[in-house]
Amino acid sequence: MLFNFKGGIYPDVKKAVTHKKAIEEADAPKEIILPLIQHKGSICNPIVSVGDHVKLGQRVAEGDPSDSAPIHSSVSGRVVAIEPRLCLTGENIISIVIENDFKDEEANELIIPDATNRIEADVLADVVRDAGIVGLGGSARPLSEKLLAAAKENIKTVIINGAECEPYITADSRVMIEQSEKIYDGAMLIAKALGAKEVFIAVESEKEKAISELRRVTTKKTGCRLFVLHTKYPQGDERQLVRAVTGKEIPPSGTSPDVGAFVVNVSTAAAVSMAVRKGKPLTTRVVTVSGSAVANPKNLLVRIGTPVKVIFAACGGFVEHPNKITAGGAMMGMAQYSLEAPVVKATNAVLAFCENEGKMSEKAGVCIRCGRCASVCPMRLMPIYMYKNYKLQRYDACDKLNIWDCTECGSCSYICPARLPLVSSFKATKKKLKEKISEEVTEENEIQ
Amino acid sequence: MKFNKKLLLMSSAPHIRAEENARSIMLDVIIALMFPLIMGTYFFGWRALSLTVVSVASSVFFEFIYRLIMKKPQSVGDLSAVITGMMIALCLPVTTPIWIPVVGAFFAIVIVKQLYGGIGKNFLNPALAARAVLFSWPAFVSVWTKPGTGAFSLPLFGNVSPDVITSPTPLGKMKEGLLPSLSVDKAESLIDFRDVVVGNVAGCIGEVSAVVIVAALIYLLVRKVITIHIPLAFIGTVALLTYIFPQGGNEPVQWMLYSVCSGGLLFGAVFMATDYTTSPITGIGKLIYGVGCGVITVVIRYFGEHNEGVTFAILMMNCCACFIDRVVRPRRFGARFFERKGSESK
Repeated sequence: MLFNFKGGIYPDVKKAVTHKKAIEEADAPKEIILPLIQHKGSICNPIVSVGDHVKLGQRVAEGDPSDSAPIHSSVSGRVVAIEPRLCLTGENIISIVIENDFKDEEANELIIPDATNRIEADVLADVVRDAGIVGLGGSARPLSEKLLAAAKENIKTVIINGAECEPYITADSRVMIEQSEKIYDGAMLIAKALGAKEVFIAVESEKEKAISELRRVTTKKTGCRLFVLHTKYPQGDERQLVRAVTGKEIPPSGTSPDVGAFVVNVSTAAAVSMAVRKGKPLTTRVVTVSGSAVANPKNLLVRIGTPVKVIFAACGGFVEHPNKITAGGAMMGMAQYSLEAPVVKATNAVLAFCENEGKMSEKAGVCIRCGRCASVCPMRLMPIYMYKNYKLQRYDACDKLNIWDCTECGSCSYICPARLPLVSSFKATKKKLKEKISEEVTEENEIQ
Repeated sequence: MKFNKKLLLMSSAPHIRAEENARSIMLDVIIALMFPLIMGTYFFGWRALSLTVVSVASSVFFEFIYRLIMKKPQSVGDLSAVITGMMIALCLPVTTPIWIPVVGAFFAIVIVKQLYGGIGKNFLNPALAARAVLFSWPAFVSVWTKPGTGAFSLPLFGNVSPDVITSPTPLGKMKEGLLPSLSVDKAESLIDFRDVVVGNVAGCIGEVSAVVIVAALIYLLVRKVITIHIPLAFIGTVALLTYIFPQGGNEPVQWMLYSVCSGGLLFGAVFMATDYTTSPITGIGKLIYGVGCGVITVVIRYFGEHNEGVTFAILMMNCCACFIDRVVRPRRFGARFFERKGSESK
């Protein structure tokens, strides 16, 4: 039985180019760039200085333990600079630049906890914080923060998110095939820590190889079940996933613990296992390099901090000049204007598109009121009216239409036959609304 | 590596788009409209085709000229004017003078569509509004001939001579409370139900053949141009009401079948009522809209002066469409049914 949700789209997933390619380890780059913020939360402070020698896996930056994840060096070598560098978000962020000495001396700083019995949630949170683990599916929220918040609630179900609904990306899919034991282990560690009764590894039906691999692992052992999802975008969105698995809808502005569920990505679960069993911090991740402009698309295991240009070079460069480069998927990723920025913890793909790939050359037209945007919206919003109000600068009306519920999944923009920039206008509206709120707050403060 | 410092395109996500665009959707509607057009030409002769050509050409012309004069970006390329033109012609009897569709096209394109801002902005279906206006000349638009008889000898563009034999439509007979297949006066020609289904009856060019319109509906559904909601609710409501309240003491099933397959109901429910711009966008909204169309159609057919009520029913519901959207909003994700707005901004 396949589990579905209302709305969503069926894009051409283009996964066939990479889904059969085993994860390949990329050569270490000469230099890595580690931006001091690679997670959702507050920025880290460097704890090394220029000229210092650092080891592989050594902690180089840390911040407020409640809402940040420390950063570890992914090579051994010398710190050559601590300066603002371009990041995949398009901003210049203070980064630690480390020159690789290609010796890969390991730091082995992490303490391996006694895991013979159940690990308590706060102990596990400490371990994953020390390992620098964040949500690797794209949320980039520090896992320790998530675990501690969930430990306060009554968690019944742990869901390991292997939906990977974004077109082109096969990184998680390969991790599921090649590291299914680790995923299982990580899932059970989290589930036991949170006292959850059920553990589901949720995978989209199209990933047959991953399903058979995970089935092999889960049938041998108890306590963890495979959950086959309908193949559809955005199936991997937390709200849609929890809806599919538990049948419950996360309330507006709530989180999954509100309905007794805890969701982590498959790669995050594997990273948890690595941290707990082997004492390895998060220094590498699997990145899908794909798109029609890439000569040899691959799933690469790269060191965090590797510049995007090195990754493309490892895939044979470009067959033609790419029209667009994105970090992240085709639906939610960010366009890049430079290849200098480094891969961070939550970067699951870098894509290079040829001109007119994905029908992007068509110009925006006029709304024909077909209603497709509303029918595909997984959050059951009415993008057509939100856009209309945005055009009229009636941002309050957008607020009334629950624009804050929008997860910016991009389904409406994808389907729009008039090619209207729906999602980007909603992002702009949210920004306007935020500005208005902060203005009101300052006014209130002034009055007081 | 092939990468010189040429510029990279920066745009907001998503970076891929669906295959179908506004133009391809319009093209699908045109293909669907070809079904009744071909059948109409088969029954009513080449004049059916020449009327359609004139109607389409004048629609496109008015759209082009208006956009040109008003210095607005040209929009004939979206093909919506072609659809309006085809719809106007397909709702006319074949004997109508050639200037009638031109007047209709002017009203539809310039007054109803462009003055309100063009595609997606009008609140009435342009082709239907034009049809309502053309009722000002009942002698031209409400007189029908039977298919076949000398149809192919009708002049292509000239006026049809007034002595062409007119024929009652199935709905005309039903207005008197009679089933078209039965007649008190034996001399009168009977209309077999098979003829109603195939379209071998007097009526408008595109509206006569039920089977062809159902085929077009299936095409539109398969191509995902429209959803089933509006046609189902519209036709279903008419079927239900005519089954419960048959007129003239007729057998309910027969009365219902004739009611559904005669007149402009199928054409209206499939092509006119499903117009994107003038119908609600949510599933429930569409059902309400369709039921409303069905109820008004039956009320006009039963109690109005006109034999047919589809045109006015859809036009009336057009006026309600945006209010239906306002009232019938999908249930908010994660909220209870009536909980619409919590103003928790982050």
